[in-house]
Amino acid sequence: MATLDSKTPEGHISQKWTNHKNKINLVNPANKRNIDVIVVGTGLAGGSAAATLAELGYNVKAFCFQDSPRRAHSIAAQGGINAAKNYQGDGDSTHRLFYDTVKGGDYRSRESNVYRLAEVSTNIIDQCVAQGVPFAREYGGLLDNRSFGGVLVSRTFYAKGQTGQQLLLGAYSAMNRQIGRGKIKMYNRHEMLDLVIVDGKARGIIARNLVTGAIERHSAHAVVLGTGGYGNVFYLSTNAMGSNVTAAWKIHKKGAYFANPCYTQIHPTCIPVSGDHQSKLTLMSESLRNDGRIWVPAKLEDAKAIREGKLKPTDLKEEDRDYYLERRYPSFGNLVPRDVASRAAKERCDAGFGVNKTGEAVYLDFAAAIQRYGKEQARVKHLDENDAQLVKKLGTEVVANKYGNLFQMYEKIVDQNPYETPMMIYPAVHYTMGGIWVDYNLMTTIEGCYAIGEANFSDHGANRLGASALMQGLADGYFVLPYTIGHYLANDIRTGKISTDLPEFEKAENNVRSQIEHLMNSKGSKTVDHFHKRLGKIMWDKVGMARNEKGLNEAITEIAALRDEFYSDVRVPGTANGLNQELEKATTCC
Amino acid sequence: MNLTLKIWRQTDADTKGKIVDYKINDVSPDMSFLDMLDMLNEQLNNKGEEPVAFDHDCREGICGSCSLQINGEPHGPDRYITTCQLHMRTFKDGDTIFIEPFRAKAFPVIKDLVVDRSSFDRVQHAGGFISVNTSGNTIDANAIPVKKHDADKAFDAATCIGCGACVAACKNASAMLFVSAKVSQFALLPQGRVEATDRVMNMVRQMDEEGFGNCTNTGACEIECPKGISLENIARMNREYLSASLKG
Ligand SMILES: Cc1cc2nc3c(=O)[nH]c(=O)nc-3n(C[C@H](O)[C@H](O)[C@H](O)COP(=O)(O)OP(=O)(O)OC[C@H]3O[C@@H](n4cnc5c(N)ncnc54)[C@H](O)[C@@H]3O)c2cc1C
Ligand code: SF4
Ligand code: FES
Repeated sequence: MATLDSKTPEGHISQKWTNHKNKINLVNPANKRNIDVIVVGTGLAGGSAAATLAELGYNVKAFCFQDSPRRAHSIAAQGGINAAKNYQGDGDSTHRLFYDTVKGGDYRSRESNVYRLAEVSTNIIDQCVAQGVPFAREYGGLLDNRSFGGVLVSRTFYAKGQTGQQLLLGAYSAMNRQIGRGKIKMYNRHEMLDLVIVDGKARGIIARNLVTGAIERHSAHAVVLGTGGYGNVFYLSTNAMGSNVTAAWKIHKKGAYFANPCYTQIHPTCIPVSGDHQSKLTLMSESLRNDGRIWVPAKLEDAKAIREGKLKPTDLKEEDRDYYLERRYPSFGNLVPRDVASRAAKERCDAGFGVNKTGEAVYLDFAAAIQRYGKEQARVKHLDENDAQLVKKLGTEVVANKYGNLFQMYEKIVDQNPYETPMMIYPAVHYTMGGIWVDYNLMTTIEGCYAIGEANFSDHGANRLGASALMQGLADGYFVLPYTIGHYLANDIRTGKISTDLPEFEKAENNVRSQIEHLMNSKGSKTVDHFHKRLGKIMWDKVGMARNEKGLNEAITEIAALRDEFYSDVRVPGTANGLNQELEKATTCC
Repeated sequence: MNLTLKIWRQTDADTKGKIVDYKINDVSPDMSFLDMLDMLNEQLNNKGEEPVAFDHDCREGICGSCSLQINGEPHGPDRYITTCQLHMRTFKDGDTIFIEPFRAKAFPVIKDLVVDRSSFDRVQHAGGFISVNTSGNTIDANAIPVKKHDADKAFDAATCIGCGACVAACKNASAMLFVSAKVSQFALLPQGRVEATDRVMNMVRQMDEEGFGNCTNTGACEIECPKGISLENIARMNREYLSASLKG
């Protein structure tokens, strides 16, 4: 059994990274040309790592399952990225960003890693601006900031509601430069299905070419996983459909430890499930809770009438509404932390007060905000604040200015106008703090195998603050891993190419082949989605927001039974020689 | 709702494809277009037939994976949305819907509705970047002020999701809107000016090599672009190209 040694450097927390960088081994540029590194995943973490490693001179092979690195799940991040630039002069500092992140994570993060994250955060912004990432700016031409939940300073850099997209396209452009120079060989539409270990060291992967179906061997001196989180084990989540945990799971089976899998972030403001047909949930930005009031009907019969479409929420009198967060948490009201808001919504809905057809939704109501802003505007503009229509019009304008794009997105999906009737929201799985265990160098418990970005566990403890996942992905990829990996690779300068003819490669390939054969030959009666949905339901009901011993034990038994059923009764149509999306789903389930 | 779907089926790049008819019943108007295809696929799968392959991932209009030609229009009848944001309430009970892949010489079909858009990537490899190393030791971000107007315009160009609808909409299968969006993003920023000449020459050369057609200013691309990328960008790229050619 491996021992867990975090390899945290000596010294005061603020000196550790500097000291470490001064001490670690380096590989000279001429030798880097003889060293290959595999990077699986091209999101913010993998994309930035691949680009930097190639720039430093390593030969990089990068893999993603999408048709282009530009489509990685990171593209969907909305709100922003933190950095301790203190451009607003509001007292921000490396220490404050470090402190907020550790506190936000319930003191469960590895503090040395978080301090380093805060230290390099400012480099990220410099880097991205130099790359041409079009962050929001003020009229004076300098960068703008916004503030995010749970902190007292304005340190979040953003590009409208598309920050993840712009940062990922920045990393993608850095990769493109290296692909053009031949330093990165990009393997699109490839899925890693196993890790190859030779003499205790990670030396390659087995991947399936998703277009031809070919099972391929790829060797390298080190393997880096930037493969994202495991949110999709819950079936429904805000993650992209393709996000899956296969790569992390495969290395876990090969001996990499997994840490804190219990820490899943469940985001309170997502558009509720509208029926069984749905496979994906959409996030509504957390910022809406600044102005929206959350409620359910106070009486069970009203909730039932609403569910049956016999009663409209706007018909309910104030005294018949239960603003349960304001009632239970008078000092925080609707701005309680994410986990508290999520659990409270579930509790109300479980008690029968849910407001949509499925009974799993609560209201997020902007009527009071529209009134408040409308009156304020009427006063400012010296108009009649008792003119109800005018007040509504003015208030609607203010709300539209702040949240217009979100309201529009909501209306497209739900087909209801949130200016006229309250929005419906429900918590959904969003992010996974837990992941592959790594040491200070971001190495897993398998030598030469690294994990970066959402795939690792170290920086967010039990709860992640907004705008910190993007920061971590880019910090790991641009500024940490490319240097710490050199310490390990310095021992490989004389190793020479790793041959893919080694018996370890053959064995791993055969395992993958027999697994695929088994799936193709199983010819059972149920689809992969059928099993995935059932797994999601077990996870959500018993390993979701509220958990207890009984439920967890039941889940273990049920999942074991489901697993057996999957292997004996799954049906994968078509063939394995070519594009087969059902087979792709199946290989990510086993 | 009950619908008739006429879907392009093609086993692989080398086999000829054809339109196949499918009936689908009890489609809820709340479903997204891709939820509806999921439902069809579940039914096909249960009947032992091979499901229809199509690209998708984020299902919220940002990754650019989804790429369906619906009733002859890329991303279907609505404006400023991708296929995955299209909802079935746009259609009526009894409708017949044609579903085909994006068509262009530079986007060969891989299977059914899945096409190969790697030509877009190769155009980006040729010059879609600013040559700065990712060392982090660049100048302070605020040392380069950028006029808000220019920064906003650069952002608008940068919101292109690389879906290829512009190419599919164009009778010449031209990629001008896509390429000009990247050229414009960098041309509008001081950081990007340094290499502006080489960038536009290299990207246009690669675009031509990939077999995209010429631009004849029909403007179909702008109308079908889910992100509202403006024709202004094509005009800007033409200016950049002209001045680069004169220098070159
Ligand atoms: C809707 C939404 C909004 C968000 N908003 C914010 C925000 O405002 N601020 C913030 O800080 N964070 C936000 N987050 C969280 C953040 O976006 C993610 O945590 C982060 O982008 C993860 O990046 P990553 O590089 O680790 O992984 P990902 O971006 O998930 O990339 C994973 C990569 O791995 C590849 N891959 C995976 N498995 C395999 C395999 N087996 N073989 C080959 N390739 C594989 C994929 O192709 C992909 O390239 C948000 C998340 C969601 C869902
Ligand atoms: S320009 Fe518009 S249509 Fe063309 S690839 Fe970009 S987003 Fe898609
Ligand atoms: S699936 Fe991502 S844009 Fe449609």
